Amino acid sequence: MVKKIMTGDIAAAWGARLSRAEVIAAYPITPQTIIVEKLAQFVSDGELKAEYLHVESEHSAMAACIAASQTGARTFTATSSQGLVLMHELLHWASGARTPVVMANVNRALAPPWNVWVEHTDMMSQRDTGWIQFYAESNQEVLDTIIMSYKLCEDKEIQLPAMIGLDAFYLSHTSEIVDIPDQDSVDKFLPQYDPMYPLDIENPLSIGSLSMPHQWYSEFRYKIQEAMERVIPKLNQIEEEFYKEFGRKYTGPLELYNTDDAEVVLIVSGAAAGTVKETVDIFRKKGIKVGLIRLRMFRPFPSEELNKALSKALFVGVIDRSFSFGHEGAIFSELKASLYGVKHSPPIKNFILGIGGRDITTDTISRVYNNCFNCLKNNKIDNPVEWIDIRV
Amino acid sequence: MKKLEKLSSIKDLPEAPISNVPSLNQKTGTWRVFRPEVDKDKCIKCSICWRCCPDIAIDVDEEGFPIINYDYCKGCGICAHECPKTAIRMEREGK
Repeated sequence: MVKKIMTGDIAAAWGARLSRAEVIAAYPITPQTIIVEKLAQFVSDGELKAEYLHVESEHSAMAACIAASQTGARTFTATSSQGLVLMHELLHWASGARTPVVMANVNRALAPPWNVWVEHTDMMSQRDTGWIQFYAESNQEVLDTIIMSYKLCEDKEIQLPAMIGLDAFYLSHTSEIVDIPDQDSVDKFLPQYDPMYPLDIENPLSIGSLSMPHQWYSEFRYKIQEAMERVIPKLNQIEEEFYKEFGRKYTGPLELYNTDDAEVVLIVSGAAAGTVKETVDIFRKKGIKVGLIRLRMFRPFPSEELNKALSKALFVGVIDRSFSFGHEGAIFSELKASLYGVKHSPPIKNFILGIGGRDITTDTISRVYNNCFNCLKNNKIDNPVEWIDIRV
Repeated sequence: MKKLEKLSSIKDLPEAPISNVPSLNQKTGTWRVFRPEVDKDKCIKCSICWRCCPDIAIDVDEEGFPIINYDYCKGCGICAHECPKTAIRMEREGK
C-alpha cells in the first residue's frame, strides 16, 4: 500500500488500472478528460495491459464497451454531463444486455448556459437506465468504489453495469491523500472476469434479438429488477470482504453521521457531505441535535435502509443538487415515496442548492438546518421545495 | 440453455436476453423492395460492394465477382451507390 496525493480523476484512473480493465473506450470531456488521459498514459507506458480505443463520441464509447464486455473483457469508460446524456440510448442497452460495464462519471451541470461545475442532474436523469449508481464523497472512495463495483457488477447474480459519480472539481480536480492498494491484494479481491455468456465463434449466440409481446421481453425486464433487488445485500457482503482485505470500511448504500439521537436529519449525496458533516459538528458543539445521512447509492434506491435510519427523526431535510423540472428534486421525490404508508414518518422538506456548482458552505447548511428547526417549531412547511440562495 | 420454443417459465430463461438460435435463421431478405443485380460485364472485381455491405450479404466467388445473398440483403442500395462502374442496378422486386 502506497499513500499518494492525487485528484479524483487520477484516483478513478487508478481504480480502473488496479481492476485490470482490459478494454477502455474513451472520449474526452471536461472535467473528466484527465481520467482517460491518465489511463492512456498507463497503457502507453506498459503499466496497464488494455486495448485503448479512440472513439468519435460517448455514444460510440458505450457501444464499444458493451461489445467488448460481451466478449468477456473487463471494460471501463469515463464521461461527464453532455457526454453521459449522449450515451443515454446505449446505457439502456448495457443493462438490458446485462453487461457489467463500470464507468466513472464526473458530475457536471448540463447546458445551456454552459457550465462545467458540479451538479447531479446528469446522473439523476439516467435513473431509469438500469444502472447501479454510486455518488462518492472522497477521492479514496472513488478508487475503492470502482474496484468494488467490478466485483459487484460481475457477480453471477447481478450482471449489471454501474456508474460512479464524482463531483466536478470538488473531487475531480482537488488533491487529497489516497491510499493505493497493492496490485496483489486487488487481484486476490477481484479475480479475472468470468462471463456468463461470452461471444464465441465456436458457439454462436444471438444477443438482444427480437422478443415479441407474447414471448419473453417482460420476463427479461423482470429479471433486471430481480437482480437490482440483490444488489444491496451483495454490496454489504463485498464491502465486508473489502474491509478485511484493505482495512477501509464502507457502510452500504448509506453513511450515517450522528443520526441516532438527531432531531433534524439532512440527506445529501456527493462531496458536499463533507461540508454538512462540518456543520453538524458546529451544531453539536452548541448542543443542537442534528445529523446527516449521506446517500452513497441512488439506484437501487435504499428505501428500507432510509426508512429505518429516519425512524426517530423529527424532521428531515433533503438536499438535492439536481432538479426535475416541473416537479422537485429527485432524491426528495424518491424518499417521500419510500416513506408513504410508513407509520410515524417524519415531515420532509426539499432544499435545492449547489446548482451549477454554486458554493455550498457551512453557512448555507446552517441556514438549511435552521430552516428545518423553524418548520418543526411552527409545525408548518410553507414552501416544501425551496431553492436556496436564489437572488429573487 | 434450452431452445427458445421449449421455454415455459422465467426459470428456463438465461439471465441475459440471449438465444442459441443463430441470427442466420432470421432471413431478413423479405424486407427488400429494390434488389441489387450485378452486371458482370461492367464489374471490375474491386470488391468495394463487398466491403460496404452493412449486412455481410455479399460474398465473392472464385473468379472475384460479387454474389449477393438474397436471404439477407435488405436492398439498402449502398453497394449500387458505391460501385465505381455502376455495375450494380437496383431493380424493383416483383417485376
